[in-house]
Amino acid sequence: MEIPVIVGGGLVVIGVGIGIGLTGKGAMEAIGRQPDASGKIQVAALILAALVEGIGFAALFAL
Amino acid sequence: MKNIKLAFFVLFSLVFGLYTYGAPLADISKNENTKGDIKTEIKEYISHHLKDSHSYSLTSWVDEDTGKKVYLELPLPVILYDDGFHFFMSSKLKHGKTVVESSGNFYRLNYDKSKIFKTNKEGEFRYDENNKILNFAPIDFSITKNITSIILVAFIMFFLFSGLAKSFSKNKGISKGVGRFFEPIILYIRDEIAIPNIGEKKYKNYMSFLLTIFFFIWFLNMLGLTPLGVNATGNIAVTFSLALLTFLITNFTANKSYWGHIFWMPGVPVLIKIVLAPIELLGVFIKPFSLLIRLYANIQAGHIVLYSLIGLMFIFQNWIGSSLSFVLAFFISIIEILVALLQAYIFTMLSALYFGFAVAEEDH
Repeated sequence: MEIPVIVGGGLVVIGVGIGIGLTGKGAMEAIGRQPDASGKIQVAALILAALVEGIGFAALFAL
Repeated sequence: MKNIKLAFFVLFSLVFGLYTYGAPLADISKNENTKGDIKTEIKEYISHHLKDSHSYSLTSWVDEDTGKKVYLELPLPVILYDDGFHFFMSSKLKHGKTVVESSGNFYRLNYDKSKIFKTNKEGEFRYDENNKILNFAPIDFSITKNITSIILVAFIMFFLFSGLAKSFSKNKGISKGVGRFFEPIILYIRDEIAIPNIGEKKYKNYMSFLLTIFFFIWFLNMLGLTPLGVNATGNIAVTFSLALLTFLITNFTANKSYWGHIFWMPGVPVLIKIVLAPIELLGVFIKPFSLLIRLYANIQAGHIVLYSLIGLMFIFQNWIGSSLSFVLAFFISIIEILVALLQAYIFTMLSALYFGFAVAEEDH
């Protein structure tokens, strides 16, 4: 395992972490503002997290 | 009551962890080099179990007297096409140790790659300088473990849903028994996934495909997590065929405005249209490709992590390391159950989204 591969893998995981974290932050704030809509917000947040994770996994497997 | 459950769980994980103490090292391949290093053995074991295999093996142990490995397995038929079909049972392959003769040709299973190659009478593999195998590999139509699992899920789905349909029609629309669990799910797929994305007029054409894909992926993922389960969706060929179906249906039922949006996007200046056309054309291929990679990578990564954690139990052979690894593996299994449902849902929802793009009405 060469050094560039390892560093690239780490960067991918950092990117996925930041992406899902920001999605979660938006979701939490939105639920805080309107607790009635929490069902729809949960569904949308879960879908977006899976999309971001998809890119992360694709990059990790292509490494 | 809660304290009793917690105490029971801790005790169970301790006992399960202690089970790994002094686990005997089995000899995977007697005529090759690695012997004794438990990490290498675990790595070989994991990488063999993540792949497809020609026989459904339940367990194996090393016989004390002869020192050979004894397998308890169900052999599946092997069907090869090499200028004519060859049939034999996979028990003749003996896990890559012997050469099988079938109407003049000799075949041998390569244990590391789980693939059958055509060899000469002694069963040699010829390697080139990059360690790739140069032998010819016949087209393999055999019934392997993954195919058995897919056929099993197909039977389960067929009998389950035809039984549900019959009980619906007998009870005049009120569901009884297992129907009470599946009816909200089916209505959810219709009301929240199909109608918002595809529209009121045309969603019925696509409902059967969406329902089939959802339950197929969900049942296959869940079966892969059970003890005798098979890692079917973790195989890129399986997810490739599912994504190929979405691709074909999107492109063959699309109307003119869809193709117009790809090649000649209305409403933008001509120079930008020429730049956008190749990008949109790439997008036609990349969108189903991302479906394929997402499902494959999620399920395969989950299995790799689970296998590695269970292997970790055998590396730490003391009471605290093994028990903690067992607890960790347990919690990751629970997350994998959530991932199974979530990935099926995401695949279905994105397929519905792409179908919606294909049949969108022109309303400029």
